[in-house]
Order: sequence, then structure tokens, then C-alpha cells
Amino acid sequence: MTAILQTVFDALSLGSLYALGALGIALIFGVMRLVNFAHGDVIAFSIFALLWPSTDVVAAVVAGNLPWFLLIPFVLAMGAGLSVLAEIVVFRRFRNASPATMMIASFALGFVIRYFLLMLFSSRPKSISLLPALSQPVEVLGARIPLLQLITILTTIAILFGLTAFLKRSRFGLEMRAAAENFTMARVLGVRANRVIMGAFALSGALAAAIALILGSQTGTADIQMGTNVMLMAFIATVIGGLGSLPGAVIAGFLLGAASVAMQVSLSIDARPFRDAFVYGAVILVLIFRPQGLLAGRGTKERV
Amino acid sequence: MLSDVTIRYGRLTAVRNVSLSLAEGEILFVTGPNGAGKSSLLRAIAGVTPPAGGRVDFADHDVTGRAPEDIARLGLSMVPEGREVFGSLTTEENLLVGTGMHAKERNWRARVASALEEVYETFPVLKERRHGQAGLLSGGQQQMLVIGRALMTNPRLVAIDEPSLGLAPNVIDLVYERLIALRAQRALTLLIVEQSSTRAMMAGGRMILMRGGEVLLDGDARAMGQSEAMQAAYFGYGEQA
Repeated sequence: MTAILQTVFDALSLGSLYALGALGIALIFGVMRLVNFAHGDVIAFSIFALLWPSTDVVAAVVAGNLPWFLLIPFVLAMGAGLSVLAEIVVFRRFRNASPATMMIASFALGFVIRYFLLMLFSSRPKSISLLPALSQPVEVLGARIPLLQLITILTTIAILFGLTAFLKRSRFGLEMRAAAENFTMARVLGVRANRVIMGAFALSGALAAAIALILGSQTGTADIQMGTNVMLMAFIATVIGGLGSLPGAVIAGFLLGAASVAMQVSLSIDARPFRDAFVYGAVILVLIFRPQGLLAGRGTKERV
Repeated sequence: MLSDVTIRYGRLTAVRNVSLSLAEGEILFVTGPNGAGKSSLLRAIAGVTPPAGGRVDFADHDVTGRAPEDIARLGLSMVPEGREVFGSLTTEENLLVGTGMHAKERNWRARVASALEEVYETFPVLKERRHGQAGLLSGGQQQMLVIGRALMTNPRLVAIDEPSLGLAPNVIDLVYERLIALRAQRALTLLIVEQSSTRAMMAGGRMILMRGGEVLLDGDARAMGQSEAMQAAYFGYGEQA
């Protein structure tokens, strides 16, 4: 029983990461049909923003010693800031380009961010201690799970509710939903394109930073590659969920997390190194039967 | 308002050197057969399709090539072809999308609330369905919704593409009755694209007739109805007319 519970918590916390990542990608895709492959590098950047540039193994933490109520907003602001900057400097020039062109631009941007970090910090992972209080285990219904895992799940749920409320209740959320559905019509009604798109980038960047915080505290390292795996899974989640559908992205993120953990537990020891192959196999199966994704988004529809 | 405007889609020229001006409070019908360039003209005014040549002025501003949201903020409300409701939003949310542009003005909330009440008074069925998904409204209800949505921002000029498309005749009557009444109330300028000229002749006002991207006739709608040139434009005989 406790083993099952443990597994469930593992699945939920991994799924949370994927869901947050998928949401960040789906938000931007929704308003400008851009699959932002630089998202993973925004995740890495948000953590490295806490460190002083150096090539030592033990990181010289600058902002990381802040108390948590300053540290968390700082990291979120870094993610949001970089993301908005990317919009202004790069993506704005591609506003009318084809989705493929925008996607390639996002790859290029990702490389720029990654090599910028490489230059300042070298490729060696750095050990950091972020929010160390969270690594103690807690007991939930007999299962011993790290406090961090519990907080990851609860934070993700809180973010999802918060984001839903924001999109449903606020003026900005209304404009963003309208723009995601029909950008031209929203503009004809006076909705400012730049404002909506910058807002989507800020939200997406803050979500990337939230992932960075969770990953950084979980692993105790800052690695310039740390966002890559989450980004890949998150991208797959947005595709399975139906490109452009926010609920779809979240559901698919959790499903992927669950699938990964289930394979990890159920596969024989010999097959375990190939876990991801099995997960991707399952993804292919889903797409064969539902090519439009679980919840078909409006993204596949042509933009007017 | 328009001077010497040309609109191209790739190699296709949809509108050729059209000049047109509209007085405040005027009602102008743009009629003509399919492919005459009526909708393109509207899209150029609203900034959706920037013209390839010529100049568009609106409310004492040169708006040629300006973004649609900037033109909307000067007081133009456009209802495009094919309705374009936000299907996943509720009816009320659809009505509210455009109201944000005046958010900094005084009494904004009160004004939005009264504009909303006014739309609901005009089209009571929208009030019944206010919290329902707009995509599930019938075609006629969606048409009422987009017209209501265009009126929410207290515009100076309302440009509507085919308000009667796909509507039952009694609903068309209602829509026109409301538009004409509103025009009188608020000194609204109306630009209405209709494929059929019958409605224009009934409502009265000024009418232009387009064909092949050019303006063939410009004059009083009722007088034009009787002219033979009108028939020629639609049916194609007598090219010299």
C-alpha cells in the first residue's frame, strides 16, 4: 500500500513538472502559433541568474542566499524577464513569419542562451543548495515522501487554479483567450497585440522559472542542460494534449509523468534504461489514434 | 476617407484605385456582386489588410498601414465577414472583449455596464444566453452578438460586412431597425456591405455599387434602384453602361 502511494506521489510530482512546462509552451503557442524551443533554456537561465559567473564546481551564490520570500519572486522575475526580452528582441521580428520559421528562430535563441551560460559558467553542473529545508521527508498516510515532492504537487495545483482564475476573471485573461482564438478579430476590437503576446511570454517565463526552482531544489545542482529533458517532455505533452489547448497540455503532462513512473516501476531491470523508448512508443500510439491530440486545440485551425 | 486605394492579394488585385469619402452621421451601403472587392475595402479601412497603394484616413488621422487595434481605438468598429465570434468564450465575454480600450477613462465600469444593458435590451435573446458558450448560439444569434459587440465601444463608425447573411428575414428587419435607430440616437456613421441592393433601397441613404474592384455608381440608394446601370452591373450585359 505504501509502495503504491509512494509511486503515486512520484508520478504526480514528475507530472507536475511536465504539466508546468507544457503550460508554458501552450500559452505562447495559443497566442502566436510559436512552438518555443528556447523554453528549456529559459528554465536553466532562471537558476543560473542566482549564481555569480565562475567556472568553479561549487557555485558562488549571489542571490541564492536570499530568504525564500525574496528568492522565489526573484527567480520568477528572471524567467519572466528573459522571456519578455526574447519576445521583444527576437520573436517580434517574426510575427508574420510561418510557424516553421518561428520555430527555427526559437531553436537559435535557445542555443544563444545556452552558450551564453556555457561561456559564463562552463558546462560542469554546479552544486547549489536552494531551499534546503525542503529536502526533509514527511509522512503522508504511512508513506515517507520528501517534503519537496509534496510542495511541488501542491504548488502546481495552486498555479493551475491561479492561472485558471486569472484567465477567466481578469480583463487581461479575457483578452488573451480572445486573442488565442482569433487574433485578428481581437485586434479589430482594439485588443493590443503586443500587450497580449508580452503577457503570454511573461507568464510562460515565470512558469519556466517555477520549474527551475523545483528542479534546482530537487537535484541540488544547476546544469545548463537541466531544462532540456523537461522541455522535450513538455513539448510532447502539448502535442498529445492538442496544440493550443491549455487543459489538454496539463492533462497530458500529468499522463506523461504517470506513464514514465509506471514504466520505471513495472519494467524489468534490464528494460529500465529504455524507459523513455517505451514512453515515446505510447506517445506514438496515442497520436496514431488521435492525431489532433486528446483535447483538440484551436491551434490546428488556420489563422485568419 | 479612402483615396486612390488599391488592394492586392498576391497577384490578384481586389480593389483598384478606389476613392471614397464618408460624412459623419451618414449611412453608406456598399453593394455589388461577388468578388467586387466590397469586403476587401472594409478590411483595408479596419487595417486588417493594409492597402498596396493609396491612403486611408479616419477621424482626421492617416491610418494607412496602422495596426487594427490603433484604428479601433480611433472609433472604428468593424464586423467582418463570417461573424467571427469567439466560440469558446461566453456571450457576455464576447461583448466585453473590446471594452478594454477605454479602461483608463472615467466612469468606465458604469459605461460598460450600461452599454451591456443596451445591447441586451436590443437583443433580449443574448441576455438569456449571456453565460452560455457563444459558439453554441445559432447563426442569427451570433450575428446579433457580433453587431452588439461592435456597438459596445461607443464607436464613431460601424462597418458591417453582410449583416443579413444567413439570417431569417424577420431577424434582418430587426437588425436594420436597431442599426438605423442607433444611428439616429448617437450620430453614428454606418458603412454596410450587402450583396443585395434591395435592403439598401428600402433603408435609404447613400449607396455605391462596386464591380471588379472599382466603383461603378455612387448616389442615392432609392434613385439608383430604378436605374438600368444597376442591372447591368449585376448581370453583366451592356459593359459600356
